[in-house]
Amino acid sequence: MSRFPALTFLILFGLTAATAAAEPLDVKIGYLRRAAHLETIALTQMPPPDDGLAGAQMAVKDNDTTGRFLNQRFSLVDVHLKPDDDPAAAVARLADQGIRLVVADLPADGLLKAADAGKTHGMLIFNAAALADRLRQQDCRANVIHTAPSRAMLADGLAQYLVWKKWTRWLLVTGSHERDKLYAAAIKRAANRFGAKIVGEREFKDTGGARRTDSGVVQIQRQIPVFTQQAPAYDVLVAADESEVFASYLPYRTWEPRPVAGSAGLVPTSWDASNGLWGGIQMQSRFTARFKRLMTALDMQAWTAVRMIGEAVSRKNSADPKAVLDFLKSPQLALGAFKGQKLTLRDWDLQLRQPILLTDGRTIVSVSPQEGFLHQYSELDTLGYDRPETKCKLQ
Amino acid sequence: MAAALALISATPAHAYLAYVSNEKSNTVSIIDTDKLAVVKTIKVGQRPRGIELTKDDKYCLVAVGDDDTIQMIDTKSNEVTATLPSGPDPELFTLDPTGKLLYVANENDNTVTVIDMDKRVPLGEVQVGVEPEGMGISPDGKVLVNTSETTNMAHFIDTATQKIVANVLVDSRPRFAAFKSDGSELWVSSEVGGTVSIIDPVKHAVITKVTFTIPGLRSEAIQPVGINLTKDGKTGFVALGPANRVAVIDGVTHQVTKYLLVGQRVWHMAFTPDEKYLLTTNGLSNDVSVIDVAALKVIKSIQVGELPWGVTITQH
Repeated sequence: MSRFPALTFLILFGLTAATAAAEPLDVKIGYLRRAAHLETIALTQMPPPDDGLAGAQMAVKDNDTTGRFLNQRFSLVDVHLKPDDDPAAAVARLADQGIRLVVADLPADGLLKAADAGKTHGMLIFNAAALADRLRQQDCRANVIHTAPSRAMLADGLAQYLVWKKWTRWLLVTGSHERDKLYAAAIKRAANRFGAKIVGEREFKDTGGARRTDSGVVQIQRQIPVFTQQAPAYDVLVAADESEVFASYLPYRTWEPRPVAGSAGLVPTSWDASNGLWGGIQMQSRFTARFKRLMTALDMQAWTAVRMIGEAVSRKNSADPKAVLDFLKSPQLALGAFKGQKLTLRDWDLQLRQPILLTDGRTIVSVSPQEGFLHQYSELDTLGYDRPETKCKLQ
Repeated sequence: MAAALALISATPAHAYLAYVSNEKSNTVSIIDTDKLAVVKTIKVGQRPRGIELTKDDKYCLVAVGDDDTIQMIDTKSNEVTATLPSGPDPELFTLDPTGKLLYVANENDNTVTVIDMDKRVPLGEVQVGVEPEGMGISPDGKVLVNTSETTNMAHFIDTATQKIVANVLVDSRPRFAAFKSDGSELWVSSEVGGTVSIIDPVKHAVITKVTFTIPGLRSEAIQPVGINLTKDGKTGFVALGPANRVAVIDGVTHQVTKYLLVGQRVWHMAFTPDEKYLLTTNGLSNDVSVIDVAALKVIKSIQVGELPWGVTITQH
């Protein structure tokens, strides 16, 4: 970039002489997003078209406010993939534009393609969406930071609360898609770790057809009780239905009057629009004022990724991916993200440590880790795969 | 009015009164600092947090965030008699040393509002960082320092021009800023970062960062918020939030010398004018701890309303 346009920009916008003396540090961040998000059963939970992107845009503005004082400028390059687009090719195009910091909203396979293509360009990728534990375990990458929680972290956060409630007999209902089975596996692991028992297991097959129909309520009211009858005695029904096929139809319709948790009812998540704790109310109102909608978990995970970049750049005055990664991995990182405590990175798998919110969609019911689940280093490490359990070899 | 006067005359001449904002109860508790007991509870607006007495003790100002205003409690009648145009969701504010100007942090629109206290009208706004919170004013009133939580900066504002003259990067989520009474140092607490930055207000540079280690407590639980410095500048007290402790810091060496165990989620503090006592608000245990400043001992806890947040004490 020539020096002239930058100077003109600064003078036009009336910045002080001191800052106009140097060209601002330009930090361009790529935002790579999947073609479409899965539709939900609940109309009120439908993913907005800019789900995630809005969070990243919000963080760019927050970074820019700091940048105004530090002579740093942040911008986002949004790449919206089509269904058959290759993430590796998209990464190469971003690299051609000189972009080496990328936030990705991609499923696990796509993320790995982007990461491996990014490696050749010295890129640092932030996984803002993929929950797969394998991305933090055997398939981890040295150039991928995870701001999305893993399935294990979500399941552990839920399990700790259910165990604290002494609801330790679980009826596990799993969908028939692979992602549902992966979530069920995380739930089983959590039960095992924290002393709950899966007393029964059922599969809810996806037989296709419409998610919602005009008179569907009549059928569902009859189907769900039948589906959940003759179960062994249980305290809570835990549903693993990431595919949005049935879980939202469970609450209030089970044969036995039992609470539902997991993919419906009490849901573990990184963020919910109902969260007003720890200054979160300011975040929610800033977000809603700008985007005219509520802030989702994906928005928060993308916001966190872009804010992490902002933190590193403001502390190191460099947008070099290696400098950014070194800072984020160091004990110097203490990210404020409206979670009541600092967030840091696990150096063994580059997963962001974070509390897990438990919400019924109307209020925050609780926040895990729960009291009494102790850890010698950080109680946040009671959620997900801890250092001694890691299969990750960063390279 | 007669009853209120009777209450005032019933209190000893040199008793100071502490006003405590109870965030959840929507009340202000008044504590007699001789009796160390609550003598009155006043109903205020919704979500009272920042609280400060005017320099003449005639009014107690309390930011009621959910009502988007600052209420003025007449300390004679103990009733809310007026409001100030604070801007939306006020949380913390500070009076300049003359008592004529009030500076209010507005978290929602990244501004600091300046209010004329005589006319009770806004005079102007300064654009600062994301989520402005802490407000400290230099003893000569010439420099206002505002901390912004998401920008992680202390902004130095020239009060004459109402322009930012310098920005100092500190650790995550800076909450509170306090000058030494001689103006030689500025202390800024970072709640999420877990540190207190001690800043040279002339050079606009961090001199040192105070860190805290408490055996048996994980580092995430140490969240510095309120700061109070003795007039001689020799001792600083820092409220450590969910660590349930107040750190005592040597004002010269900047070393932590002691941790005092107080109530749960200790937030803000205030000295009695003679600096005999330091009162702390403990949000989760709904009480106020009384620290004997000379002995560095916690001598009493006083039950107040729900979620006590801020405290201010009369000077006269």
